[in-house]
Amino acid sequence: MKHTTRDERTLLEVKHLKKHFPIRKGFLRRLVGQVKAVDGVSFYINEGETLGLVGESGCGKTTTARCILRALDPTAGQILFRTASGQVVDLATLPENELRPLRREMQMIFQDPFASLNPRMNLLDIVGEPLLVIEGIKSRKERAERVAEILRLVGLRPEYMQRFPHAFSGGQRQRIVIARALALHPRLVVADEPVSALDVSVQAQVLNLMMELQQRLNLTYLFVAHDLSVVKHICNRVAVMYVGKLVETAPTDELFYHPKHPYTEALMSAVPVADPRIRSAMIPLEGDVPSPANPPPGCYFHPRCRYAVDICSQEAPNLEEIEDNHFVACHRAHELKLRGIGG
Amino acid sequence: MSSEQRPILSVRDLKTYFFLDEGTVKAVDGVSFDVYPGQVVGIVGESGCGKSVTVRSVLRIVEKPGRIVAGEIFFRPRKGNGRLLEGSQDGYVDLARLDAQGREMRAIRGAEIALIPQEPMAAFSPVHTIGDQIMETILLHQAVNEEEARRLGIERLREVGIPNPEQRMEAYSWELSGGLRQRAMIAMALSCHPTLLIADEPTTAIDVTTQAQVLNLLRSLQQQHNMSIIFITHDLGVIAQIAEYVLVMYLGRLMETGPVVDIFHHPLHPYTRALLKSIPSVYTRSRTFLPTIEGSIPHPFNRPPGCPFHPRCSQFTAGICDQKTPLLQPVNEQQSVSCFLYHRRAEED
Repeated sequence: MKHTTRDERTLLEVKHLKKHFPIRKGFLRRLVGQVKAVDGVSFYINEGETLGLVGESGCGKTTTARCILRALDPTAGQILFRTASGQVVDLATLPENELRPLRREMQMIFQDPFASLNPRMNLLDIVGEPLLVIEGIKSRKERAERVAEILRLVGLRPEYMQRFPHAFSGGQRQRIVIARALALHPRLVVADEPVSALDVSVQAQVLNLMMELQQRLNLTYLFVAHDLSVVKHICNRVAVMYVGKLVETAPTDELFYHPKHPYTEALMSAVPVADPRIRSAMIPLEGDVPSPANPPPGCYFHPRCRYAVDICSQEAPNLEEIEDNHFVACHRAHELKLRGIGG
Repeated sequence: MSSEQRPILSVRDLKTYFFLDEGTVKAVDGVSFDVYPGQVVGIVGESGCGKSVTVRSVLRIVEKPGRIVAGEIFFRPRKGNGRLLEGSQDGYVDLARLDAQGREMRAIRGAEIALIPQEPMAAFSPVHTIGDQIMETILLHQAVNEEEARRLGIERLREVGIPNPEQRMEAYSWELSGGLRQRAMIAMALSCHPTLLIADEPTTAIDVTTQAQVLNLLRSLQQQHNMSIIFITHDLGVIAQIAEYVLVMYLGRLMETGPVVDIFHHPLHPYTRALLKSIPSVYTRSRTFLPTIEGSIPHPFNRPPGCPFHPRCSQFTAGICDQKTPLLQPVNEQQSVSCFLYHRRAEED
């Protein structure tokens, strides 16, 4: 079957992606419900671009990322990926043997560099393992040369190759994780909260490194994060998730200055401004995030939305492109005048 | 001087060290600051800078092998807590001299100085109801019977904005959402009307919209009760929103102190300046390279000699910064800085 993406520049396009986890109970493990962790998510990423995926904990952003890499098998939907040879394949349904050669094109950077590195492997083995497994470089000497080159790329000294992860600080460890991800020259890098476990003075170093590597290697990032300042800083476009659905996608500045979804507005106003002279009037968001196992009817955000009208509790809004490249899932998107940052 | 202008807490040259087999970790190494009634003091710093150990020293809950090796922690208890003040001239007790498990310290901890810990999930017991845990605190510190304690507990839960407080008294901590759990924790901390509240990264484990709720709540409770708060965080945005006075810590020492507006708009210490610049903000331009602080925080066993920040400092002067440790000195009416760019006072060894 032939697949088409949005246009020629699109590296990844996700269409109506769903991932439901069954809830089983009792002796017979009867199915009593579904956790709709990801429930019909659609977005695209152009080559060389950074798309930020933001949302609060439990909104399904990590599950989305894991489905794209097929660390989880999606329940439904398409994950269209333009391979290095220019062909568009659907990762969602690809069998493992066809997926394997594509694995090198998609890599992951994990959140916690203290948990994602094996303490009993030295840098040569950690960064060299993908070279051995995927590229089949058997000679240790040849691998060491390649590893040295990659370590230099991420700003680590090749002399460190024999050392073990415990000898490195958090920021250096995250560089190692990045080096491992880049060992096979991937085209798409999925970074799941790559700086949230780091100290603030080290965060900037890693963010700079990621931007520099992107320019040099023409990388495409899917950047999953909850910290809006970090997302604003590094992303070209941002997608906002709420209880398994996308509520808004727009170019970064457009989203931050002119949000069109009430949830995005509330998120923006909740970010504490690092300026004591602006003690912002945070829009208090009442109540809690609903459970993805038992979401409210209609728009999932309506019980907490201060603009909600009757239709919001009856019909779920679709994600629509209301301006060029600005997608919103809100019944009132056309009429609402919402406040962005600094507004 | 009226009692309102006298600090409620005055920490003088506090040193808390951890004695490990591998060596001594100087977690807090000569820290002095005051907290005035009704003031919100923010302590900022990155992990390992000693901000938590500082407040744990004040509460006398530093775990072994750590202990306070020097310094004083003067605290002014309420008038009614008279027995504590035996032998004291000016209404202060030195918490550093009290027995950490002794009766005096237990009368202060929880009743006069309360703590909101970072992880409410870990701080509540999962096998007791929220109500039982709040009532336990009340019964311990106040002369009330169980019925009265229950009524007070419900009142506290209502005060922090928990819906259906009567039912929530019977709930277990794991039945509540992150935001409600943190509210319940605040209710418990406030159950005995402390004069000093210590909030140790109270919003780090929760989401940004919940964080906004909790910050708004703390702000309004602080004004209602005229409490003093020591607020610890590594998030400069949170500090800017809640603190009046800021202490900037690095490797167990204070780098700079001052009113929040001066710290953010007129930072003096190279560390404060670099820290403020290196943080991405929603107001800076997207996709620009951030100024960074070179290197990383040294391992606690390899503390650099001299100024602890000198190996990462862009304005480091060889022969001075790497040999002498600068003292925290007032450099203008508001701010104090420990840096040789502004004064020459060094620690004598």
